[in-house]
Amino acid sequence: MTDTRHERAPGDRPSREMHASAPSEFLVYTIGLIVALLLTATSFWAANTTLLWTGGVFLGLAVLAIAQMGIHLVFFLHITTGPESTNNVLALAFGVLIVFVVVAGSMWIMADMNQNMLMPSAEPTIMRMQH
Amino acid sequence: MNIAVAIDTVPQDTPPSVSETGPAPKRVVVAYGFWIFLLSDIIMFAALFASYAVLVRSTAGGPGGAQLFNQVTVAIETVCLLVSSYTCGLMSLAINSRYRLGTYLGAILTFALGAAFLTLEIREFADMIARGATPERSAFLSAFFTLVGCHGLHVTLGLIWLVVMMVQVAAMGFVPAVERRLLCFSLFWHALDIVWVGLFTVVYLMGVSP
Repeated sequence: MTDTRHERAPGDRPSREMHASAPSEFLVYTIGLIVALLLTATSFWAANTTLLWTGGVFLGLAVLAIAQMGIHLVFFLHITTGPESTNNVLALAFGVLIVFVVVAGSMWIMADMNQNMLMPSAEPTIMRMQH
Repeated sequence: MNIAVAIDTVPQDTPPSVSETGPAPKRVVVAYGFWIFLLSDIIMFAALFASYAVLVRSTAGGPGGAQLFNQVTVAIETVCLLVSSYTCGLMSLAINSRYRLGTYLGAILTFALGAAFLTLEIREFADMIARGATPERSAFLSAFFTLVGCHGLHVTLGLIWLVVMMVQVAAMGFVPAVERRLLCFSLFWHALDIVWVGLFTVVYLMGVSP
C-alpha cells in the first residue's frame, strides 16, 4: 500500500516493517485521546480557577491550545519528522506561517488603527490652543 | 526512531533515487492534495479568528461573552468532538485491516458523537437568539456566529460525507477509490477537531475569563 521509498500520505501510519518496535496503532490513538483530554481539562480548570494570576491565564490557555493541536497532529494525523513525510510537514509549516501572519497581523494593525482613530477628537483641542 | 534503529534498517543495496521510483502512488497524491485543501481551509478559519479577535470588544452595549456562554455545554461539546475524533481513528484502523463490522461500528459512534455536538451547538445558538443575542445585535455577535457557525457547517458537511461513505462501503466494499475517500474523510474530521481546540480556547475560555 505505502511504498517506503515514496512520500507517505498524511494520516497514514509509518509502515510497521520500517519500525518494528513502533507501538500498535490502537495504543497511539488511545494515548492521544488521554493526553488531549488531560489538556482540555487543564484548559477549563485554568479558565475558571481563582488560584492563578489572571494575567498569566491568557498565555497559559494559548500554550495549552497549541500543545493540544500538536498532540492531535502527532497522535491522530501521524505527522512525523521522518524523511517520508517531509512534503506534509513543509506544507503544514507554510500553513502555520500564513495563519500566524493573518491573525497576528490583523490584530496588530487594528490595534494600531484604534490608537490612531483617537487623533481626530484630540486635534481640535490642539488647534484651539494655537489660536 | 533513534539513530541505532535507523542504522540497522538501512538496506544493504542503496534504494533507487526519487527520480527512478516513478510517480507516487495515487493514495499519496490524493491525500497530499486533500492536505493542501485542509490547510487552506484552516487559513480561512484564521481569517475568521482574526476578525473575531478584532471585534470581540465591540458589543455595542449588547451582551458580551461572559453573559452568553455556558461553560458546561462547551465542555460536553468538546469531549463529544474529541472522542468522535478518536472513534474516527479507530474506524481508519478497521478500514486498514478490511474489518467491515468495525468500520460500521466506528462510523456509527463517530456520527452519533458528531450529531450530539451539533445538537448542543444548535440549542446554544437557539438559546442565544431567544435571549436577543442575534447576529445583527453587535459586531461581536456577528463575528461569533460567523466563526462558530462556519465550524458547525463543516461538522454538518462531515456528517453527510460520513453517511455517503458508509453507503459506498456497503455498495462497493473496500475498493481503492473508497479507501482514498475514507482517508480524506478522517483527515477532514481530525482537522475539524484541531480547529475546535482553537475555537473553544479563544472564544469560550478567553471570552469568559476576566
